[in-house]
Amino acid sequence: MPRTCIRFLRRGEVVELRDVEPDETLLEYLRLREGSMGTKEGCAEGDCGACTVVLGRRDGDRVRYEPVNACIYLLGMVDGRELVTVEDLSAPGEALHPVQAALIDHHGSQCGFCTPGFVMSLFALYHQGRAADRAGVNDWLAGNLCRCTGYRPIADAALASCTGRADDAFSRRSARTAAALASVDGEDDLFVGDEERFFAAPRSAASLSDLYLRHPDATLVTGATDVALWITKQLRRLPRVIHLGRVRELLRIDREGATLVLGAAVSYADAEEALGAVHPDIAEVLRRLGSKQIRAAGSVGGNVANGSPIGDTPPPLIALGAELELRRGDEVRRLALEDFFVDYGRQDRRPGEFVSRLFVPRLEPGQHFSCHKISKRFDQDISALLGAFRLSVSAGRVVDARIAFGGMAATPRRALRCEAALTGLRLRSPEAWRPAQDALDRDFRPIDDMRASATYRAGVAKALLAKALLEAGGTPRSETRVVGAEAERA
Amino acid sequence: MPPSEQGSGAGIAARGAPGAETDVGAAIAHDSAERHVRGSAAYVDDIREPAGTLHVAPGYAEATCGRLRSVDLDAVRRAPGVVAVLLASDIPGANECSPSLGGDPVLADSEILFHGQVVFAVAAASRRDARRAARLARIDVEEGAPAVDVEAGVHSGRQILPPYEFRCGTPRDAIAASPRIHEGTLRIGGQEHFYLEGQAALAIPEEAGEMYLHSSTQHPSDVQRLVARMLDVPLARVVCECRRMGGGFGGKESQAAQWACLAALAAHVTGRPAKVCLDRDDDMIMTGKRHDFRVAYRFGTDDEGRLTGVDVDFDARCGCSADLSLGVVDRTMFHADNAYYYPHARIHTRRVRTDTVSNTAFRGFGGPQGMLIAERMMDEIAIRLRLDPLTVRKRNLYGPGRDITPYGMRVRDNIAPRLIRTLERDCDYARRRRDIARYNAKAAHLRKGISLTPVKFGIAFTLKHLNQTGALVHLLTDGSIQVNHGGTEMGQGLHTKVAQVVSGEFGVEAARVRITATQTDKVPNTGPTAASSGTDLNAMAALRAARTIRSRLVALAARLYQVDRADITFGGGQVNTGRRSVPLAELARLAFTERVSLSSTGFYATPKITWDRDTATGRPFLYFAYGAACTEVTVDTMTGEMRVDRVDLLHDVGRSLNPAIDIGQIEGGFVQGMGWLTTEELVFDARGRLMTHAPSTYKIPACSDVPADFRVALWESRGNREPTVHRSKAVGEPPLMLALSVFSAITHAIATLAPGRVPPLDAPATPEAILRAVEALRD
Repeated sequence: MPRTCIRFLRRGEVVELRDVEPDETLLEYLRLREGSMGTKEGCAEGDCGACTVVLGRRDGDRVRYEPVNACIYLLGMVDGRELVTVEDLSAPGEALHPVQAALIDHHGSQCGFCTPGFVMSLFALYHQGRAADRAGVNDWLAGNLCRCTGYRPIADAALASCTGRADDAFSRRSARTAAALASVDGEDDLFVGDEERFFAAPRSAASLSDLYLRHPDATLVTGATDVALWITKQLRRLPRVIHLGRVRELLRIDREGATLVLGAAVSYADAEEALGAVHPDIAEVLRRLGSKQIRAAGSVGGNVANGSPIGDTPPPLIALGAELELRRGDEVRRLALEDFFVDYGRQDRRPGEFVSRLFVPRLEPGQHFSCHKISKRFDQDISALLGAFRLSVSAGRVVDARIAFGGMAATPRRALRCEAALTGLRLRSPEAWRPAQDALDRDFRPIDDMRASATYRAGVAKALLAKALLEAGGTPRSETRVVGAEAERA
Repeated sequence: MPPSEQGSGAGIAARGAPGAETDVGAAIAHDSAERHVRGSAAYVDDIREPAGTLHVAPGYAEATCGRLRSVDLDAVRRAPGVVAVLLASDIPGANECSPSLGGDPVLADSEILFHGQVVFAVAAASRRDARRAARLARIDVEEGAPAVDVEAGVHSGRQILPPYEFRCGTPRDAIAASPRIHEGTLRIGGQEHFYLEGQAALAIPEEAGEMYLHSSTQHPSDVQRLVARMLDVPLARVVCECRRMGGGFGGKESQAAQWACLAALAAHVTGRPAKVCLDRDDDMIMTGKRHDFRVAYRFGTDDEGRLTGVDVDFDARCGCSADLSLGVVDRTMFHADNAYYYPHARIHTRRVRTDTVSNTAFRGFGGPQGMLIAERMMDEIAIRLRLDPLTVRKRNLYGPGRDITPYGMRVRDNIAPRLIRTLERDCDYARRRRDIARYNAKAAHLRKGISLTPVKFGIAFTLKHLNQTGALVHLLTDGSIQVNHGGTEMGQGLHTKVAQVVSGEFGVEAARVRITATQTDKVPNTGPTAASSGTDLNAMAALRAARTIRSRLVALAARLYQVDRADITFGGGQVNTGRRSVPLAELARLAFTERVSLSSTGFYATPKITWDRDTATGRPFLYFAYGAACTEVTVDTMTGEMRVDRVDLLHDVGRSLNPAIDIGQIEGGFVQGMGWLTTEELVFDARGRLMTHAPSTYKIPACSDVPADFRVALWESRGNREPTVHRSKAVGEPPLMLALSVFSAITHAIATLAPGRVPPLDAPATPEAILRAVEALRD
């Protein structure tokens, strides 16, 4: 029998909730049910970070703290976690938490509305176990917008307080919390509600496929970082929600020979290390994808399954030649990632079928890889376009090319004509690159929208190809990039 | 200024350096800092709701402009949780929420003026119910063809207000006679405020038709006035309170009123408390923004790059109503010179009506757009004449014999030349400029640019009557002090500074002073907290109130202890009578038993300002605030991407009341200005719908956009030459315009591609705008 209540740890106590709406957000729970008003709604779409709370999850006998956006986090997804909000860091009248004290010392708040979110992001950073540097702070705070301070004092507060040595009430009771979490987060399936309205979080792939076959109209979520906006912005009701974040098999990161095998529910944060090891540009793409909050919740599998034309992970995965595994009942099939994307909003996925794993091959010697993301703002912005290039080079010539773009068509797509035109090209002869660049005009008919015009996209796609060729030819990234040059490979 | 107050500034100066014995001038933390970090600082939506509170959501038409034919709300009324649906016909009084000139209905009654205009509102049991129901309306509109951008507005020939002009000398002749004549156009984008706390109001109906409002507003008095007029009750029946705002930036000066009106209307109709908290997308669609402009300029110079005459035409997109556009665009004109002397000038403005949301106040209030033109001209001169742009800027600064502005005011406090020289030296401008030239000579794809630009910003509301405020100070019998004043706290640290100033008068720590929430029944008839004037006005009014109480205490102590009044001082929480020290609390208790009033009001009206708009004569400003910024950038000429590498700011706050708060305003203002000029782009579609209505598409600066190398200093000032409170200077808006250096540095990075040619860079300098300018130089 599945468990029929969600269970999480809050202020040292186990909270059990039987009345959980499938589309209820964590922020609604905090503000409307708990009356915890410290957590703010700034945008209700996971961009501003004013609603940042921290979730603790068991990692052996320790607890790992990660920030998430409560506004787009479903309440049911808190199951098995410790929930920490700004009110919990220090009791009224008692000493402030080091990150709170540092924010005051550095004059890090003005209007104060974003401050609780910053406090919680800093709290998570404080517990990372390593001293923060400025670049790291920028990454940690990319998902927290402040309109008053200009960030400098907040960054200084982070550097002063997040020294890598956590010593607070949470670190001191870490082992106890881990033990409590072990008892909270069981091996049972979770099903709250009835057949008409439910929030379910199966624990095994078998339970998931059974449930999804029974309810092929249910909404699958891992981090709900996109789906939650259907709730908060389109005001849709989601009567049946299946959360993949507890499915054991979907949370695995394995290797099959040289191939990285990524479970579909592995969060961006958990995938960062393994995927980043494939190439530093992928680490850079992941660094600039959403924010810490988004990456702690969302998954590469979700980014793929969602089928958005502007998802950031499909282009590099396609360029690498990644494959996708889908499962329906006991039936499993595997296809090239680019073939999954059929058209805008349409993927090769049948009712009851779900994305289960991703297979990411490693780069071979002689293959040059690069990724370039273009957006109005460097951090936490959706791509106007993103180009990923895998060029096999021999004796100064391109012998094989795999190129994929996001933001250039209705789906993430390969640039097949450009790839063909590149074959045999000499890297040292930029004057000969033109046909390959022009081939992009035949590969793609980009659109005008608020992120960029079609003209800009078409022109910059060519520029990105030129950058990839320059870099493959040995031009240092410090001469081709204003950001991400640190990703230079030795 | 009345004679009795003449000595106020001088008296403080005689007391020695502020902060010597008190918190005046100390870098103390924001008075709410601890509550901010604990999450216990309450904003409107955090106030514990009275039982039965309804949630109100606005509804609007899909159509972008045109006559309303019918509004079918049956489905809205039937939706779950709906208690009431409000229409213009439910309004008992005036259907108007304009700050002055009219044309802003609370609810549309016959015409849709812009996409997102509120047609009706739903009051429901929960916010989700209200928002869901608000989408079920069927609104039939005889749709017109909207004029969306400024060109279309100009083309349609509709101006929201008459044109206005400053003219000095004979600019056209002077330009024609110049050795060099330049001309060009520049587009300047608008800006969304993106205060983190959206618009919010809670209305609580009380007895005798009274309405109590909690509003996130910069202008409680105007919320009171508009709600009273809408409900057709005397102003005396309405009270507006604002504890704090989660950011304002001008976006809650006039724009907060509509939501307070809607909450009040719902409360009036249902008899229940009612709350409006706008969803972020609704907020961005429904509320006004910084004005965007199209500017055409023509100017002449001599061979050294000195301006001979300037002729500028500003077309401002005002949107569908006047709102504050009169003052905003006037300020564009007042700052079209920035810090430069225009011997002959014509500065002409048109306030163009478009079928889009009515543009409004935004930090700088039109000034930044005017100053951007001045800096564009400086860059253009330097590029054409192949001079160092800083040399050109210095040559054109105001100076002896060159100190009359185009609007006739003499610049008496000009510290720009000295301030610029100091920053130039401190930021190592000359060496870095040489290094950059060397880098660019070798660079194939990336280009660097550097620019040092000044700021001169006039302080005072140009609408004279707004330059007044009041304060109410209570000394309590335990020696603690309550202060209320007409200003509102939006994060700028106004309450902290006022508390510091009052604490200085009583010789206690600022922590002894509690600034209570701004309330219209404590200090009435106030202007908005705007125009950077919050501290200048309110701290002075509070200071006067405090001095009144202090003088009563001095008189009492002199009588009780038989000492000379002149020997009595306040410090360290004590009243020192020369013979003995008495704790302030003890003297307060004695005053109470002796029946001496421990409460006083204070009033302040800015002196010396005489501006007469009709004749365009007089003095609009009490003084100028100055600053300068040097910014270094790297531009990717293949994609248009841009990175800010280093920023040095030097800014004049007079004698600082609180250096930490002032530096916070300077840094924050700079970054906000940088966003306006770089990543923040408002995109409207052809039908006039805002496409960038959420932070997913509208990008304000994030942490990494601020360079790690960010050096900020306060100008070592001997104090404001005008007798402002403790000789401080206003700091809210001026630093925003330090960001002009970013735009100018980008211009220079691009200009290195084709020496002698001016990049046609428009604002904001998004990657696409930069690439367009790059490609124009390559043609």
